[in-house]
Amino acid sequence: MAKTSMSATHKDISFTLNGRPVTALAGNHQNLVELLQEQGLFGARESCAQGLCGCCTVIVDGNAVSGCLTMATLVDGADVRTIEDTGADGKLDAVQQAFIETGAFQCGFCTPGFILMTRQLLDEHPTRMKTRSATTWPAICAGVRPILKSSRP
Amino acid sequence: MTTDTLGNSNAGAAMGRSIPRVEARAKVTGRAEYVHNLRLPGMLYGRIHRSTVAHARITGVDVSAAQAMPGVYAVYTAADIRKLIPEPYFGPAFHDQPILAIDKVHYVGEPVALVLAADPHVADAAAQQIVVEYEELPAVFDEVEAMTSKAVVHEVLKPAGTFPDLKHLKDKRDTNVALDFHLRRGDVQQAFADADHVFEHTFRTQQVLHLPLEPFVTVADPAPNQLVIHTASQSPSFVRIEIARLLGWPETRVRVKVPYLGGGFGAKLYIKLEALTAAAALIAGRPVKIALTMEEQFYTLTKHATTLRIKSGVTRDGKITARECEVWWNGGAYADIGPRITQKSGFTAAGPYDIDHVTIDSYSLYTNLTPAGALRGFGIPQLVWAYESHTDMIAKALKMDPLAIRRINILREGRPQATGTLMRDAGIEPVLERLAERMTWEKKYDRGSGTMRRGRGIAIGFKASISPTTSMAIVNISADGSCIVYCSTVDMGQGSDTAMAQFAAEALGIPVERVSVVHPDTDVTPYDMATLGSRSTYHMGHAVKNAAEDARDKLLALAAEVGLSAETTPIPDIFRKKYGMQAGNIIGIGSFIPPYTPPEPGTGLTTDATPFWMIGATGAEVEVDTETGEFKVTRLVNLVDVGRPVNPAIVETQISGATIMQLGFTLSERMEFDAGQVTNASLADYKIPGIRDVPPVMENEAVDMVQKTGPFGAKGVGESGTFGVSPAIASAIDDAVGVRLTSLPLTAEAVYRGLRANAGKPLQD
Repeated sequence: MAKTSMSATHKDISFTLNGRPVTALAGNHQNLVELLQEQGLFGARESCAQGLCGCCTVIVDGNAVSGCLTMATLVDGADVRTIEDTGADGKLDAVQQAFIETGAFQCGFCTPGFILMTRQLLDEHPTRMKTRSATTWPAICAGVRPILKSSRP
Repeated sequence: MTTDTLGNSNAGAAMGRSIPRVEARAKVTGRAEYVHNLRLPGMLYGRIHRSTVAHARITGVDVSAAQAMPGVYAVYTAADIRKLIPEPYFGPAFHDQPILAIDKVHYVGEPVALVLAADPHVADAAAQQIVVEYEELPAVFDEVEAMTSKAVVHEVLKPAGTFPDLKHLKDKRDTNVALDFHLRRGDVQQAFADADHVFEHTFRTQQVLHLPLEPFVTVADPAPNQLVIHTASQSPSFVRIEIARLLGWPETRVRVKVPYLGGGFGAKLYIKLEALTAAAALIAGRPVKIALTMEEQFYTLTKHATTLRIKSGVTRDGKITARECEVWWNGGAYADIGPRITQKSGFTAAGPYDIDHVTIDSYSLYTNLTPAGALRGFGIPQLVWAYESHTDMIAKALKMDPLAIRRINILREGRPQATGTLMRDAGIEPVLERLAERMTWEKKYDRGSGTMRRGRGIAIGFKASISPTTSMAIVNISADGSCIVYCSTVDMGQGSDTAMAQFAAEALGIPVERVSVVHPDTDVTPYDMATLGSRSTYHMGHAVKNAAEDARDKLLALAAEVGLSAETTPIPDIFRKKYGMQAGNIIGIGSFIPPYTPPEPGTGLTTDATPFWMIGATGAEVEVDTETGEFKVTRLVNLVDVGRPVNPAIVETQISGATIMQLGFTLSERMEFDAGQVTNASLADYKIPGIRDVPPVMENEAVDMVQKTGPFGAKGVGESGTFGVSPAIASAIDDAVGVRLTSLPLTAEAVYRGLRANAGKPLQD
């Protein structure tokens, strides 16, 4: 069992990653995206580095956060879920399936983030989805209109 | 086990079907492969120190503080690069761009030095410790001023030598004109003298950029016998040839691998980070990764800002008899592919109209700004902005309907375009007519009342395919009847893997699920010019089709050799009969280069300018607040001619994506400069469209057309949705409130100024 310790620059942290307990030595300067990369997970992707584009979305204790703006040390003790959490059993969830059926992505770079955010929005508004007013997601590609479509239950 | 035969049971089953992307599952599970994911043992991270001034001589570079930082592996400047590569200049048209700045810097953000460290944060901190001393020189930023400016960006021009039409520019001194293209058809001056009316207008477009959500990224691995470059590039074959040229190596000593791209849009073409990353890896003897930040994309490549002057002679009933176009392209500090845009797009500057007398003068200019290159449309959206705005201004002056003036003047099938090339399979008329129908153009329109006024506009543009260019492909049929396509087309989101699988399946008559597509790897996949200009569906589509047909012929021959009927025997049985077990392959090869006749020097005339034409039109409806100038685009209708759609669902997202991208360039995006320094280099300050900015009604349609020369009737689609967006919205605003804007982006402030001016109460600046 990892003993929690702190140095001036690093901290030993323990957290749950996609349902499994993990420990890591997190740099004080590192963000959550970098921490996940060190765990071999690349689905959360840093792009704008300002929490605007959504590509680095990660679910921390049930909330969608921007991985680029979340310091790695802050997930100590948290439940962290990434896009890699799903599909591992070979089954896609309803949101992933809907993204495929409606053609809600092209290059796919932001897709993990959009799927995680859509899932959270559906959790919060299970009956009536108002993606357009609920988000400021970038619409740089065509994926956006199918995303609107796929997020209507 | 499959029971597929080579018969025609599945023929026609792959083409025109909206199957999901072949990589759909990998993308929704976050497992799709991008260069971003790649880490190699011993890999160092590179961070670039960039110029802080627009034009200056470098009088000193002090890297000592950076070098002394703990964790820094090395700091390189041009002097280090030149020990490896004595002439470290690259570029597709001009060899003008150094790997790191040599003696001078030509724009703010130009790479001057590189720091390598195992920890990217250390590299980042060290790059900021580098001190460069500059002796500033006069700079030029405006494309028209650059024509005559005393500030000269490059003392001597250095055309790459591969293009015959650039030869006259070799060693030319003291000019900012990187290319001048001229087209002369008929007698424009006489036609102006004979015309009932002559109209002249000037238009401007602003600097914008591609902003792929995956910023530029390259990894170079100096393996013992071969340099392996993993890069987010649209042009792996070009990267291999150009890096080999720089190093003086045979092509095969450089291997370029490209996984999926997180968007490209023309940014990730030719050499971007590849030369710097490769040089650094070779000098360091370690793998090196350079991944740019979003901010650094603003210092890498932009879309040409332009000034366009257009003058037309028109009869009293609206027939355009003569047109004179001058276009100045702001190419920034390095030519990149700008000179190609100046010519290859320049020759369509008079628009999709049947005009007997045309002159076009198109100038590619160097300035001290971030270099400009191809961006989704290769210069066409700028030209359409000018000629379609101009067309509506003429219509208004003649009190004609915008649809009516277009019906009189459009280029119809079989008529000669300004170059003299005849229009074939160019659905200008069907696209225009279908747009009018969907807009219910000839019905009464609710124009609003009080302070809310409604208006609508239409615009149509066309584009030639860059020519002549080559694509090669290999199709490999395995002993179980499944098939692998090897091609160097890059899937950057446009769905080319899926399209190529559909082409191979269609040609072989096997289910598309049995086909997989290998990603570009120059050791494995054959040459392709690049993934650009909507060329892949047509060019690589032909190559894949040819390769599949070659494989099919060989399989038929094999079946005959072993005495089986290929029509009725399952493919695995043919292999088993020949090789005694599940073994062997059939390899088909295909290549494609379309016919082409280069334009005559001086006149720009040619009988064969392009293998196919792309047509795109947009109808826009807007609501304008007459008290504030604020406006909303309430509806966009986008019509295109893409020949026969390979995959209608993906075609639809390509149209809509192109339109939304151009909507950003029309309404909100503009790089702001202060003495050449970009002052809004972030997504927080540079506004791309968000979900709330997408018009509530957006309709996309490909008209029913067949490109007879295309593979299974298909042609490209990636850019056509951009063409009409900007002028259609500007015309809709004019239609609503009588304010004509001639500069992009279209802003509420500009509309408000127009409203005040119309009321005789102009605002002071």
